[in-house]
Amino acid sequence: MIKIDVPQEAMLCSGHAACPGCIAALSVRHILATMGPDTMAVIPPSCMAIIAGPQPMSSLKIPVYQPTLESSAAAASGLRRALDAQGKRDTQVLVLAGDGGTYDIGFQCLSSAAERNEDFLYICLDNEGYMNTGAQKSSSTPHFARTGSTPAGKTTRKKNLAEIMAAHGVPYVATASASHLKDLIAKVEKAKSIRGTRILTVLIPCLDGWGVPDDMGLTAARYAVESGAFPLFEIEDGTRYTLNVAQKTRPVSDYLALQRRYRGMAAQDVATLQGEIDAAWAKLVARSNEGRHEAIAVG
Amino acid sequence: MNTPTAVAAPSAQASATASAPDAARRKSSPAQSMLVTGNQAVAWGARLARPQVCPVYPITPQTPVLEQLTEFQADGEFDAEIITPESEHSVMSACIPASLAGVRVFTATASQGLLLMHELLHYASGARAPIVMANINRTVASPWAFWPDQTDSLAQRDTGWIQLYVESAQEALDSVIQCFRVAETVLVPAMINLDAFYVSHAMEAVDIPASADVDAYLPPFAPPHKLDTAKVESWGNVVSQEMFYRHRQAIEESMARVPQLLAEADRAWRERFGRGWGVVERYRCDGASAVVVTMGSMCGTARDAVDAMRADGHAVGLVKLRLFRPLPAEALRAALAGVRDAIVLDRNHSPGLGGILHQELKSALYGMAGAPRVHGLLAGVGGVNVPPRKIVEFVQAARERDPQPESVWVR
Repeated sequence: MIKIDVPQEAMLCSGHAACPGCIAALSVRHILATMGPDTMAVIPPSCMAIIAGPQPMSSLKIPVYQPTLESSAAAASGLRRALDAQGKRDTQVLVLAGDGGTYDIGFQCLSSAAERNEDFLYICLDNEGYMNTGAQKSSSTPHFARTGSTPAGKTTRKKNLAEIMAAHGVPYVATASASHLKDLIAKVEKAKSIRGTRILTVLIPCLDGWGVPDDMGLTAARYAVESGAFPLFEIEDGTRYTLNVAQKTRPVSDYLALQRRYRGMAAQDVATLQGEIDAAWAKLVARSNEGRHEAIAVG
Repeated sequence: MNTPTAVAAPSAQASATASAPDAARRKSSPAQSMLVTGNQAVAWGARLARPQVCPVYPITPQTPVLEQLTEFQADGEFDAEIITPESEHSVMSACIPASLAGVRVFTATASQGLLLMHELLHYASGARAPIVMANINRTVASPWAFWPDQTDSLAQRDTGWIQLYVESAQEALDSVIQCFRVAETVLVPAMINLDAFYVSHAMEAVDIPASADVDAYLPPFAPPHKLDTAKVESWGNVVSQEMFYRHRQAIEESMARVPQLLAEADRAWRERFGRGWGVVERYRCDGASAVVVTMGSMCGTARDAVDAMRADGHAVGLVKLRLFRPLPAEALRAALAGVRDAIVLDRNHSPGLGGILHQELKSALYGMAGAPRVHGLLAGVGGVNVPPRKIVEFVQAARERDPQPESVWVR
C-alpha cells in the first residue's frame, strides 16, 4: 500500500448522505479539499445534491446553489458574473453535476457557456446513468450496459463528452478517476489555476447502479482506466492532448466481470466492445503523439 | 448529519449592509426628454436602475431592448455584466443565482421566450430572487404570429411574479425602476408587460429622469441573505413538507404587501418626478354606471372611447388595471363600487375559460354587496385591432343584455 500526501481539509464533512462506499463522496472530498474555502458550488439534482444534504443542513463547508437539472452551466455563468461584478474574481465557481445533467439535459447550456468561455470549473461526476432515479440510461451509458431503461443492454455507444467540449476550444478538458488520486488532484489544481471554462469528467462507479460490491468501487474505477474503457487524458485549448496513463494493461473483460450491468454479455459483444475501446485508444495515442511532435518541433 | 453551515431561507427583512456598485463606475446622466420607443424606454429604465448582471436573449419584438442595452454598454454608459446565453431558459437560469449572490438583475423577453422560462419563473420566486424583467406581450404559437396578445404573461400568473401591465413608453420606463424598488423590498421578482408594437415600437416623447434622481429614489440592492463564501449560506436543497408550507406562506405574505408598496413607490415617484400611474387607475369614473376594465395598450384606446361616450352624455369610465399580480382585489372593489356594468376587454385567451381578466375580476368581486354585472369580452385576441368606436359598440351592447358566465367573442 502506498500512502499519498493529499490536501486534507475537510470541506465535505462526515455524516453526509452518500451510500456506503460511494466513489462520488470520496472523489468530491478530495476535489473540495483541493478547491479550498473560497469556492461556491453549483449542484443540480443528482446524487451529489442528496449527498449535500437536506435543508437546513449541509455537508459542504461552502455555499451551494442548487439549480434546476438542465441549467448548471447557465446558473454557474450567472453566479460567476455576479461575483465578477462584485470584484470577487478569485472566488471559484465549481459545478458538481451528474452525467444526466451534463451529457443529456444540461448539454445545451454547457455548450453555450463553453462557447462564451465562462470562467468556472465544471466537474461531471460521471456514473454513466441516472443512478439517483434508480439506474436508467443516459447518453453517457456505455455500449451493452444494462440499465432500467436498457434491460437488454444499451445498443449505442457512450457520448464522447471530452472531445465535444474540447472542440469548443476551451482552455482545459480532462478526465480523471479517484483510483488515480494524485492525477485527479493534480488536474483539479491545474484547472483551478486556469481562467475560462474548464471541464473535468470524473468516472464514478455506482455500486448499486453498476452492480459492484460495496468495497469494489475503486477497483472498478481502476480497471476502467487500466482497460482503456475510461482513459485518463487532458486536452488543452482544444488541441494539445496528453494521455496520463499511457498504457492499456487489461482486457475490457476484466472490467466487465466486476459489474452486474454487463452480466450475460455474449462473447461476440465483448469482442465488439474491445474493438471499440482499442480504436478509441489508438486515436487518443495518435493525438497525444501529434502534440508531442509539435512540441518538439516548436521547442 | 454534520451541520457545518447554517442554511437559511431568505426572508423579507431589511438589511443595513449594502453591496453598492463601485461609485467610481457610476456614470451619471442628466434629465432629458427624448423621442423613444417603448423598448428603448425599457432599456433606459434598466440603465438608470443600474443592474449589475443582465442575461438576455433576442426575440421579436423584444430585441431592441437587448440592442439598446448592449449599445449603452459599448458607449460606456452601462456597466452591467451582459450574458448572452443560447436560450431564454438559460437567461433565467443565470438570473437567479446572480440575484442570490446579491446583485441587481434585469432581463427582457417576449412570448415563446417567456414560455421557455416558465420552469425558472417558479424557481426564481421560490428562491426569493427579486429579478426585474420586461416582457413584450406577443401571441403564443402555434400558429406563428407576432401580434400584441397578453396570453404569454397571463399564462405565468401562478409563477409567483409581480405583474404590471403598462400603457405607454413613459410608464414602461417608470415601471422598471418602481418595480426594482418594490421587488427588492419584498424579495419577489417582478415582470413589466408591454404590448407588442403598440407600446414596444411606438415612439413617443419620454422624460428620462436624471440618474442622480433615480439613484436617490432606488437604493442599492442589499438582500438580507446571499451566496457568499465569507458567510456561508446555501439555496435550493430539499426541504420537509412543513418547511415548504411555511415557505409558500411567506411568499404569500410578501405578495400581499405589494399593492401597498407599489402605491407608496408610485407616490414617491410622483413626488420626485411629477407623474404617477397608480395601482388601479380610475379614468372618468365619477358617477359612471358602466366602466370598461382592461390592461395595457387597450387602455389608451378605451380612454378615447370613454371620452366619446362622455361627450355623448353617457356615464362611462375606464378602470385600468396596472398591477395584475398580486391582484389588487380591494382596489378593484373600491374602483367599481356603485357601477352597474363592468365591461372587461381581454386581449388574451385561455381555451376552456375565456378571458383571463374576466375570470380574475369576477373572483375579485365575488360576494361584494352591489357588485357590478361583469361582462367578459374577448376583444383584440391575436392582435386584432380594436378601435375606439368598437369599444363604444361593445359597451352599448353589453349594457343592454344580461352578463354571460362565459366570455363573449367580439370584434
